[in-house]
Amino acid sequence: MASSEVHPGSEPSRWAYLDRVRTRPGPFTNPDMFNAEGVVAAMEKMKVLVIGAGGLGCELLKNLALSGFKNIHVIDMDTIDISNLNRQFLFRQADVGSSKAEVAARFVEKRVKGVKITPHNNKIQDFDEDFYMQFQLVVCGLDSIEARRWINATLVNMVDEDVEDSYKPLIDGGTEGFKGQARVIIPTVTSCIECQLDMHAPRAAVPLCTLASIPRQPEHCIEWAHVIAWDQEKPFPQLDKDDPEHITWLYQKALLRAREFNIPGVTYSLTQGVVKNIIPAIAATNSVIAAACCNEALKIASNCAPFLGLPDDNYMMYSGNDSIYTYTFRHEKKDDCPVCGQLARDLPVDPAWTLRELVDSFAARPEAQLKKPSVRGEGKTLYMQSPASLEAQTRPNLDKTLAELGLEDGQEIGVTDPAFATVVFKFRLRFKQ
Amino acid sequence: MLKIWSMKKEQQKAENAAEGTAATAPKKKKVTAAQLRVQKDLSELSLGSTMSTEFPDPDNILSFILYIEPDEGMYKGGRFSFSFNITPSFPHEPPKVLCREKIYHPNIDLEGKVCLNILREDWKPVLNLNAVIVGLQFLFLEPNASDPLNKEAAEDLRNHREGFKRNVRQAMQGGNVRGETYQRVLV
Ligand SMILES: [Zn+2]
Repeated sequence: MASSEVHPGSEPSRWAYLDRVRTRPGPFTNPDMFNAEGVVAAMEKMKVLVIGAGGLGCELLKNLALSGFKNIHVIDMDTIDISNLNRQFLFRQADVGSSKAEVAARFVEKRVKGVKITPHNNKIQDFDEDFYMQFQLVVCGLDSIEARRWINATLVNMVDEDVEDSYKPLIDGGTEGFKGQARVIIPTVTSCIECQLDMHAPRAAVPLCTLASIPRQPEHCIEWAHVIAWDQEKPFPQLDKDDPEHITWLYQKALLRAREFNIPGVTYSLTQGVVKNIIPAIAATNSVIAAACCNEALKIASNCAPFLGLPDDNYMMYSGNDSIYTYTFRHEKKDDCPVCGQLARDLPVDPAWTLRELVDSFAARPEAQLKKPSVRGEGKTLYMQSPASLEAQTRPNLDKTLAELGLEDGQEIGVTDPAFATVVFKFRLRFKQ
Repeated sequence: MLKIWSMKKEQQKAENAAEGTAATAPKKKKVTAAQLRVQKDLSELSLGSTMSTEFPDPDNILSFILYIEPDEGMYKGGRFSFSFNITPSFPHEPPKVLCREKIYHPNIDLEGKVCLNILREDWKPVLNLNAVIVGLQFLFLEPNASDPLNKEAAEDLRNHREGFKRNVRQAMQGGNVRGETYQRVLV
């Protein structure tokens, strides 16, 4: 194995062990997909996007750079806060206030010779499909479900069945306290983030109303002090969650209530955590999940071993709560997933048709046969059969032509019908010349 | 690199073979998941005679007002309105619902916040707007003293139901109950 010669120049020994993994087939390697000679060059050419340069992002950037990826971009709109320094190890005290993406990129470039990291101090929504199209892999280390859903929907929308390069595998890591998950999504092929939304149980909102009368957990007592006692007694004009005096007041109130109901466990720091809605970020969880994500990236890029996602399992969950537990399974794609479940079908229309003619045509289309279709485009309600007020407001549109309504060739419309409660039809308007 | 092509082709062989070729057109705005879901929920809505909606901007279906005119119960004869604001995270997040009038109700506070379990801890993405609307309607038929947001009103309901009823009428007429002046909501 002359793998070290593949890297003329810097630090050949650093890559020796990596090359043993990625350039040699293992017991599970698919020989049809593995090409030992091409691996290193292919990975050096590959452009990888990392979204998020926080707890997971720091780990991901370091891992990817040490796994042989040479061209990495990173997006993060945040600046470094002093509270990040305990686990976001690419940042130092002098970096507080600077862009996470920029500092992280510089740090890893300095420590791993030959890697180029392009930082973007932006929101992911600042970029369009042309930007995302340049990457071969997207790895997410995000803490927001909204951002995940956005990038997921964007990558699914980018799929063009006729262009192989338009399928961008999405590797998503997430952590919350001692728990985390790593998953791989092949847009439109495997179950997507939207299909898996039920896997993110929304953080249990403390049931303000009912549990105000029957608390069961220390958190309930704290939330009671926070929401009800504070409002009733108003010990200070405005609650300042960073003021120790205010937190102490809440803590003592919560403690009294906890005694009343015999609930142990109310502490000052728990009070602070509940009130500020803090879920502790655990550095070890981040490193386990980032390692799992980076492994998937390496396997997808090199084909040295089968990756998560196809044909079987696509979701790995990890829990470090009670010793260590991982479980890997296949999350099924949902046929009624609003993002990937149904791709828009082409619908040939004449721009001179009235909206009424279009609506009537859905009754005749064999795959639809809709009796009461409601029709909308993005930001434009064309015709809604229900509720009554919206029907009345949109009825005048029925006599307008598609052109008059401002519809364009290629525009997507959503069609719903109460008879098909689980299905939403998406069509792409194709104007007949 | 990923040999997605062959995998995808395999998967689709059984499916739609006769779809025709998709001409590569410039990308156009696509309908977002939240909007599609709201559209679906709205087209399945059954409001009955006691409820109606108002859309200040019909093109923005994520924001609307629901009117409820209970035809039975203690709140009969009133007209109550709720603002619905739906975020792009719907249905992962529940709609944000506020009562627009100041009313005397154990489960609605003086700022209009509504105590309804499915708007908070019991919300699930499989629930729809109809479930929320039915829940709101139910709050007027069966105000729930064990689930209070307006604690005084709840105690009032629990301890002297007849007095509570009188106070509800008083408040609905725009009167004063226990030092608070309420908004007239009678139609
Ligand atoms: Zn999906």
